[in-house]
Amino acid sequence: MTALVVLAAGPATSLQDLGRFGWQRFGVGPAGAMDRPALALANALVGNPAGVAAIEFALAGGRLRVEEGAARIAVAGADSNLRIDGRFVTVLTSATAHEGQTIEIGPARTGVFSYLAVAGGLALTPALGSLSLHHRTGVGGLHGRSLRAGDRLPLALSAPAGPELALSAATGHSAGPIRVVLGPQDDHFTPAGIATLLGSEYMISEQADRMGLRLNGPELEHSAKGYNIVSDGIPTGAMQVPGNGLPLILLADRQTTGGYPKIATVISADLPRLVQCRPGTRLRFAAVGRAEAVQIVKTADAAFRALLAKIRPAGLAGLDSSELLSVNLVDGVIDARG
Amino acid sequence: MREPAPGVRLLPCGDAAVTVEFGADIDPATSARVLALDAILRGEKPAGLIETVPTYRSLMVQVDPLVFDYDAFTQRVTGLARTLDATPEPGRRWKVPVVYGGQFGIDLEATAERHGLSPKQLIDKHSAPVYRVYMIGFMPGFTYLGGLDPSIATPRRADPRPMTPAGIISIGGIQALIGGQAMPSGWHLLGRTPVRTFMAGREPAFLTAAGDEVVFEPTDAARWDALDRAAEAGELVAELISP
Repeated sequence: MTALVVLAAGPATSLQDLGRFGWQRFGVGPAGAMDRPALALANALVGNPAGVAAIEFALAGGRLRVEEGAARIAVAGADSNLRIDGRFVTVLTSATAHEGQTIEIGPARTGVFSYLAVAGGLALTPALGSLSLHHRTGVGGLHGRSLRAGDRLPLALSAPAGPELALSAATGHSAGPIRVVLGPQDDHFTPAGIATLLGSEYMISEQADRMGLRLNGPELEHSAKGYNIVSDGIPTGAMQVPGNGLPLILLADRQTTGGYPKIATVISADLPRLVQCRPGTRLRFAAVGRAEAVQIVKTADAAFRALLAKIRPAGLAGLDSSELLSVNLVDGVIDARG
Repeated sequence: MREPAPGVRLLPCGDAAVTVEFGADIDPATSARVLALDAILRGEKPAGLIETVPTYRSLMVQVDPLVFDYDAFTQRVTGLARTLDATPEPGRRWKVPVVYGGQFGIDLEATAERHGLSPKQLIDKHSAPVYRVYMIGFMPGFTYLGGLDPSIATPRRADPRPMTPAGIISIGGIQALIGGQAMPSGWHLLGRTPVRTFMAGREPAFLTAAGDEVVFEPTDAARWDALDRAAEAGELVAELISP
């Protein structure tokens, strides 16, 4: 059976799909790709449905060798080099690596998370419906842990016939503040506390991983209701504020419930841009209403579908310069300063 | 729309979730309303509903914002809120073996002393009630129970322990807990159970659901190794005693 054998991988390299849903009621968080559009794009470039499990790299790259067949691969997400046996592969193009060849993903130059998708996906058994690794609890992944040298990932199929695929529209994230919807517990903060969140600059601290991003900046003032609540559910993107007044944005590997008030929730359209920001990135936040957030995600989804529709057999795709300016979604420039 | 019905608040959680909150307190009637709404929504499966997360006093509803109709949902919940039954449904009742004290429950003696009890009296008080599973959360299989004897309620430790073993039986404030995996904890460790509340690949993977009932069975430390081996091999070790 065709397989990818891990030769080297950074410490937070793991298998991720779109996550595991239906189990939060048992304390099992969703996990899943941090940058979902990037996973979907990598999959689209090898002809897979959006949610097929891929290898997620975080900052560090990795090397894999193809055994017993050939693998058609594509990489999307953070800006990094892809090479097969030392030969560079054009970005946002699929490529076929043959038996014995080494695939190398370089360290991210900008951004954090990259996805290596394989045509046909991996022949591994999901846990609770998903291959996504939840790092802290060891649910999912390969043997419930990150990938490391020596791991063997069997592929569901050897590289398919047919041309490689390419996307020749430029991709990138929009700039501007990260948008949030206030709540669910904004009433646990004073008006000054909310004004501080929306009027100040915050910096992503070194404590940033798949569970969440701890921010440094001005403290947020809790109201007389205090900083303990009866534990309730935590949505992805929740900004939880413990007693020290500093927000922690909870992400894919978050705990399912928690007892600190959540001042606001990052809108889903801005999560891919947020998670690609490194420690040290300065952020500003702006409040939108829920209905507006729904409109924003609908618009972003339509733009992303239009982007995927531009994927063509490699060599046939022409570069449309107007798209360079208009399509601005998936990867590339990270600037979330307002 | 923050006040669609008396006593119920819909709290926005961004564009992909909403929390329906029934109150601020931990009590059986509030929990019953949460679980009643949970059951109705899981039955109706409105378009775009991904999953629901019942907790002590609220239900988080996670949705696909491209599909979910918030206005229709608000109307439906407003209509339902007035009629939800606050009487807990009888749940499945589990008997869970617990080895109290010693290396299994390092806070048993100090907690007993704090309440002017002998360790045996504390064990009796802790193992007397029929507890109700109010929620499972935080990490896989962490089972939060209501029904602790208020006379042994104990404020959490000022200095949480950086790590406690899997399967801890602990109390914190007026809450009781069956732990899942090893984790940091500021609660008081009275004992330990060999039961795996969650085991991937076992059928069922999860022992209890919110709404179930639990009774604790004090168990001799000499039985720990055998029970622990059986649990590791995939046996439930806990016993379903009703229905």
